[in-house]
Amino acid sequence: MGNFPLMPEQASTFAGPYDVLFLVTTILTVVFTGLVSALVVFFALRYRKGNKVNRKGAHDEHLPLELTWTILPLILGLVIFFWAAALFTHMRSAPKDAMEIYVIGKQWMWHIQHPDGVRENNELHVPLGKPVKLIMISQDVLHSFFIPQFRVKQDVIPGRYTTLWFEPSKVGRYNLLCAEYCGTQHSEMGGFVEVMEQAEYQKWLASKGARNFDQKLTMEKAGEAIYKQYNCAGCHEANDSIRGPSLAGLFGKVVALEKGDSVTADNSYVREAILSPNDRLTKGYIASMPTYKGQITEEQTLQLMAHIKTLGVAQPKPTMAPAVSPPAGSTDPSVPDVRPTGTPE
Amino acid sequence: MKEETNSMPAHDAPQVNYLNWSHTVKSWLLTGDHKRIAMLYLISVSAFFLVGSAAAGLIRLELTSPRGVLLENETYNKIFTMHGVVMVFFFLIPAIPAILGNFLVPLMIGARDLAFPRLNLLSWYVYMAGGVCAVIAMMTGGVDTGWTFYTPYSSMYSKSQVVWAICGAFFAGFSSIFTGINFIVTIHKMRAPGLTWFRLPLFVWAQYATSVIMILGTPVIAITLLLVVVERTLHIGIFDPKLGGDPVLFQHLFWFYSHPAVYIMILPSMGVISELMACFSRKRVFGYSFVAFSSLAIAALGFLVWGHHMFVSSQSMYQGMVFSIISTVVAVPSAIKVFNWTATMYKGSIRLETPMYYALGFLGLFLIGGLTGLYLSSMATDIHLHDTYFVVAHFHYVMVGGTIMGYLGGLHFWWPKMTGRLYSEFWGRLSAILVFLGFNATFMPQFVVGYLGMPRRYHYYYLMPEFQIWHVLSSFGSILLAVGFMLPAFYLTWSYLKGPKAGPNPWNATGLEWTTQSPPMSHNFDEPPIVTEEAYAYDAEAEEAEDIEEAPAAKPAHAPKPAGG
Ligand code: HEC
Ligand SMILES: [Cu+2]
Ligand SMILES: [Cu+2]
Repeated sequence: MGNFPLMPEQASTFAGPYDVLFLVTTILTVVFTGLVSALVVFFALRYRKGNKVNRKGAHDEHLPLELTWTILPLILGLVIFFWAAALFTHMRSAPKDAMEIYVIGKQWMWHIQHPDGVRENNELHVPLGKPVKLIMISQDVLHSFFIPQFRVKQDVIPGRYTTLWFEPSKVGRYNLLCAEYCGTQHSEMGGFVEVMEQAEYQKWLASKGARNFDQKLTMEKAGEAIYKQYNCAGCHEANDSIRGPSLAGLFGKVVALEKGDSVTADNSYVREAILSPNDRLTKGYIASMPTYKGQITEEQTLQLMAHIKTLGVAQPKPTMAPAVSPPAGSTDPSVPDVRPTGTPE
Repeated sequence: MKEETNSMPAHDAPQVNYLNWSHTVKSWLLTGDHKRIAMLYLISVSAFFLVGSAAAGLIRLELTSPRGVLLENETYNKIFTMHGVVMVFFFLIPAIPAILGNFLVPLMIGARDLAFPRLNLLSWYVYMAGGVCAVIAMMTGGVDTGWTFYTPYSSMYSKSQVVWAICGAFFAGFSSIFTGINFIVTIHKMRAPGLTWFRLPLFVWAQYATSVIMILGTPVIAITLLLVVVERTLHIGIFDPKLGGDPVLFQHLFWFYSHPAVYIMILPSMGVISELMACFSRKRVFGYSFVAFSSLAIAALGFLVWGHHMFVSSQSMYQGMVFSIISTVVAVPSAIKVFNWTATMYKGSIRLETPMYYALGFLGLFLIGGLTGLYLSSMATDIHLHDTYFVVAHFHYVMVGGTIMGYLGGLHFWWPKMTGRLYSEFWGRLSAILVFLGFNATFMPQFVVGYLGMPRRYHYYYLMPEFQIWHVLSSFGSILLAVGFMLPAFYLTWSYLKGPKAGPNPWNATGLEWTTQSPPMSHNFDEPPIVTEEAYAYDAEAEEAEDIEEAPAAKPAHAPKPAGG
């Protein structure tokens, strides 16, 4: 107590432009409130009952006036709208080279995974001056990832990924908060974001990794282990086979679905394809992939995806569905099947 | 305010009116009289306001310290949920339509009653049933979901009395549907001869627009809440992704109603303000048709902006933009109203009596409430402010500033009609001033602390202790506000019991409700009125001239008030 903070620190590249827009909107608010209030007070005093003032020629209606105060606010509003929309578009378009970090929200903590395996809870370390993109999902209820000093916020939702990006512009420690009510300890679901100089950050990454050496595994390696554990490769080989489509180069590919439509394989699609594969079958396949919902955690899903991303590019293949459809009833993955003639790696 | 003087043989046997024709409990509980039902609502809505305010007081107390004062997290969460549920569903939504609207719509259009008196009574019982559910929810442990009932927390994770609370909101919703149907039919079918649409008082227009929203919007929230109950009790996957549902779907459905619900709260209040501005400026409302049609525009556009509550809930960028631009546009009709009210005062003969104090207070608070909406309808600025105290402050300015100022202004304006009694002008003005100052003192700091990054629904903020100063200021302000709200309870009760008689038209107002006795008899009018002139046939200029003729000598700015006034 004692001091009166009026605005949050500016610690990301968004903060400056954000505050300018905020300030302009504030000026607009103050001017309009002031103007109308002043008029109201003035009228109330001047035209008070009994005051001898000229009351002749008062109107009930006045079209030009009505149009003025309809159109003027509309224009001002639209100016603010377009300005805000432009800034919003920028805030929603992460640069291609942004560093990706994964966030899992759960009651009541933030769990963060760096691609090289470092994990932290309720703390996020990021390097100064590098765009960072967060890929976030919740394990239970809604949460919202909020860093006031960066002017960013994004809901974190169970069942789908949301993303958020920023570029830290000032070294320091900032608040990491949950802004969406999530139950008993909602107000305590938070911690700090630490922005570090690049070199410091590298040091931190190295030491942090050493400290939890059992977790030194990068996300890709961790994913590979899970891939092995569940024997995904048993069905997903380098090329499409009768047992399952190839996962090589899956991300970004347009996948034709059994129902006739198609999707671009992104994080959310692949997650769904792993956890509840039968909801959206890939064209030409039957529901033979086991459902991993409840077995594979959100964290493992992220690791699996990191691994799948390393599987390389799909071989240009003739567009064809597997020649032989699996015999009816052979949905059991353990049933040996005729291997299609694909060149193994 | 003009006390009934010698112009009428007032000291004869008391007039028979809707209040005193029978005093039996049965005559109240089985009444079909819209005026008695309004009184039933007045009592029950006030009781809920008290409960909601007590919860607000506890919240403000807790927030004076970064680590809380009295409560556990769990209890705190239940308290703010209770505050929200009670205030929104049991106070703000019914306050003006069910009390003032019920009382005044038939009187204003020269009808004997609403079209469906028994439906009207039923609406009160349904409201009370909802109230009982809400009270059961509180008594059996409380609810901790927030008034928004966001899924999947409410449907699968919360361990509190969600079903009872939803049951409460569900019933309250039906009661407002009934009220809405009644108003629409009544306004269409039962206007006095000569009372064309464009002669209707703007209060009636506002009630009409509100009723349309109630009828179109409320069923959606009812079904949505029912779906939450279905998922919660039967585990049928609707909103929880673990069961194959979609949590964001809930938000779409919820706000499809709950944004228009904001207009259910504010439109009737705007209707009141039009009446007050006209009467206390002694002028016809400036731009009558603009004010009337802006109500309808708000009602229509209000249904197309719900997504502005969801800019950060995974809605696509383009979806966000559509909602954002429509939200910007919907601000315009509200601005039109404000400008027209201001213009109404120009060259009027302004009387600064209690209801006008409230009306002017409304203008100030609603301006701030409306304009801060601009920050939240613009996507970029909303990102940082969403779910912070900035939003809390904004919607309190609109809903408390807007709705309560209008409600209290209206209550003070029509109180002499409803009870036949005058109240003390001194205390009335004092309360209006206190509410206005206390309100600003409470919520202005919340804009700042919200911009600083204080999320809403936070019990503790020990990670940001620098916010404390603003919370303490806000809590001090709330004491002032509480006093302002408490005063009317005392002096209005006094007025009801002992206040001087009001006479049919203490404000010298136009409008059919002022042509009948105060309080009106059960059937409202002795003879069905016939309307021959526009609404608000005030003439400031002529009245001033008259006053000067009557009292050519220099006279005080306003006449000395009668006893009790
Ligand atoms: C029994 C064989 C089998 C196993 C084991 C299996 N899958 Fe699949 N998988 C399939 C089949 C068949 C499809 C195509 C039909 C569908 O979409 O479900 C598929 C589809 C997919 C897809 C969508 C590919 C696309 O092109 O749309 C992904 C991603 C995937 N599996 C990942 C995995 C992972 C990760 C594992 C291990 C945890 C795994 N699968 C284990 C059979 C299997
Ligand atoms: Cu939370
Ligand atoms: Cu809204």
